[in-house]
Amino acid sequence: MTRLTLSRALNEGLRKALENDPKVLIMGEDVGKLGGVFRVTDGLQKDFGEARVVDTPLAESGIVGTAIGLALRGYRPVCEIQFDGFVFPAFDQITTQLAKMRYRSLGNVTLPVVIRIPCGGGIGAVEHHSESPEALFTHTGGLRIVACSDPVDAYAMIQQAISCDDPVIFFEPKRRYWERAEVDIAGGLDAALPMNEAKTVVGGTDVTLLCYGPMVKTCVAASAAAADEGRSVEVIDLRSLAPLDTETIFESVRRTGRCVVAHEAPVISGLGAEIAARVTEECFYHLEAPVLRVGGFSTPYPPSRLEEHYVPDLDRVLDAVDRTFGY
Amino acid sequence: MTVNDAGRAASADSLPYGGQPESAEFIQLLTPEGERVENPDYPLDISAEEVRGLYRDLVLVRRIDFEAIALQRQGELGIWASLLGQEAAQVGSGRALGPRDFAFPTYREHGVAWCRGLDPVRLLELFRGVSHGGWDPDAHRFHLYTIVIGSQTLHATGYAMGVQRDGAVGEDGEAVIAYFGDGATSQGDVNEAFIWASVTNAPVVFFCQNNQWAISEPLERQSRQPLYMRAHGFGFPGVRVDGNDVLACLAVTRKAMQAAREGQGPTLIEAFTYRMGAHTTTDDPTRYRLAAELETWKLKDPIERVKAYLVRNDLAEESFFTELDAESDRLGARIRKACREMPDPDPMAIFENVYVEPNALLEAERDQFSTYLDAFEEEVIG
Repeated sequence: MTRLTLSRALNEGLRKALENDPKVLIMGEDVGKLGGVFRVTDGLQKDFGEARVVDTPLAESGIVGTAIGLALRGYRPVCEIQFDGFVFPAFDQITTQLAKMRYRSLGNVTLPVVIRIPCGGGIGAVEHHSESPEALFTHTGGLRIVACSDPVDAYAMIQQAISCDDPVIFFEPKRRYWERAEVDIAGGLDAALPMNEAKTVVGGTDVTLLCYGPMVKTCVAASAAAADEGRSVEVIDLRSLAPLDTETIFESVRRTGRCVVAHEAPVISGLGAEIAARVTEECFYHLEAPVLRVGGFSTPYPPSRLEEHYVPDLDRVLDAVDRTFGY
Repeated sequence: MTVNDAGRAASADSLPYGGQPESAEFIQLLTPEGERVENPDYPLDISAEEVRGLYRDLVLVRRIDFEAIALQRQGELGIWASLLGQEAAQVGSGRALGPRDFAFPTYREHGVAWCRGLDPVRLLELFRGVSHGGWDPDAHRFHLYTIVIGSQTLHATGYAMGVQRDGAVGEDGEAVIAYFGDGATSQGDVNEAFIWASVTNAPVVFFCQNNQWAISEPLERQSRQPLYMRAHGFGFPGVRVDGNDVLACLAVTRKAMQAAREGQGPTLIEAFTYRMGAHTTTDDPTRYRLAAELETWKLKDPIERVKAYLVRNDLAEESFFTELDAESDRLGARIRKACREMPDPDPMAIFENVYVEPNALLEAERDQFSTYLDAFEEEVIG
């Protein structure tokens, strides 16, 4: 076991992928000599060369568009979008081309492209550097959307995403890049949980708290605080946002009778809305209260001096948990 | 600011948009009258049999287009994007490709599809609404039609970057060709593709069919500069060819593809042509352009000049033309029959080929819809 930051765990996972498959490429802005603005690709260009770790021109549509072409040629590109708010120039290529080409070709084309996006707030950044655009992608058939929350998952899930034959949008919890954990980088991935399965992080009996990415740590802390007040909060890290592991969600909610979904993204038309609807459909007679959502407001992301009020913290999560007991 | 800059800025509003070029401004090897002219930069040693082959391509491709328009009018196709007038640009460039080269088309490259050996009936599947394309791009080295304007230029460039990484650039290397139109040159993706291709020196040829119209917008709405001249700003050569001259399109594309194969990087070819028909069968060009313009271009027809050349120089006997007419009729009949008999896909096909790997949520949706459909059948039986 090696103690790694989440950023380093991703780096080790990418290194493994580059070692295991000569078709794997890394491409993005500043991913080469600099090693990426979060150092996720640190040292990889030095070890694997400029043809495999590619500093691209500064244009996101070009990154994804050329990655599609490389995938058509048999490569497995891993694109880095430098910040969440910069994915939009590539949104067209992702949603109209990457997501749909297999369908368009009646299965003749396979596009194993991974798009890594550091997401979420909490680092005191300027505008466009703190967003959570996952729901804009989960709405598009043909894409797989995953979010890692800790170093162990980061290491395994990035490799699983790269070996997946479908396009994967891979969200990385920006403010957790520096969190540390023991990661087994010597062994294989056989024992790792598949990336399309949710994980119960804390077991509980009174309420199911669903979260992913940067919110997992917050929700685990909220669960501990609730335990002090005598409430047993089960925390589930969704990990896969598309497709959702509804089996794990429904099993938990049927047991607890209550459900709260927490994400940094705006609540309106967010992933929580989708989950609430599905839980209501499938767990209706088990519910003691409506499914509640806690997340960002229906506003643009605020200036960083206000972000502590915008990003749900432990207290806002607990407030939502408390409200489910008010019915 | 220099005096010149100031002068230009001051008069920018009063400058006319870029006008139509004189014919001398492009590479031409066969005049509209069917006279063969030489160009020292583009020598073309071509046999009579090869010219007859190109003529056959032009005629048959126009026939495919004619049938498809008729099928749309009869309700058999939802829509059709006609290539009328652009046959030479497509056949000339298409026949310049080697078997290992890879083409990335828009949705109007029926002539290139023909040259790549794709059955035209496969194209009708898309325009009938039976599939979104569905052919195997690798089988014909011809990618799927791309409808979002300009997107495929980046795919072509990325593919060419893959060719480089495979070590397939060199004397007998591979090259890639990206097709797009004059309207697409305003898209960010096309400009990004130019940048990527340039800085990576990718083996890709950008083949722009400037057919003068992006639906209703004339070229003047896209550019003040002749399109081929843009290449210089990106750092690679640009050349304008008479897009209605199949021989010139063949020679110019051959040279650019060979340069790309040998590692000399990209070329932008502007094939100066004309969209003689509507943008698609849903369009009405009489709302935005004058009939006189079409009449002028009819005199430059890409097929008539080849026929004139063959006849005047005794390079084809009368029987060649009559046999070609018969072949064209047979092709037309086959297309009509295949289109009319084309079955709708099974409703459950909606759910196929979305993902490679299992997706439980999609499978649940599929099963639910299947059960729903089955319920109707039971009702009918009951």
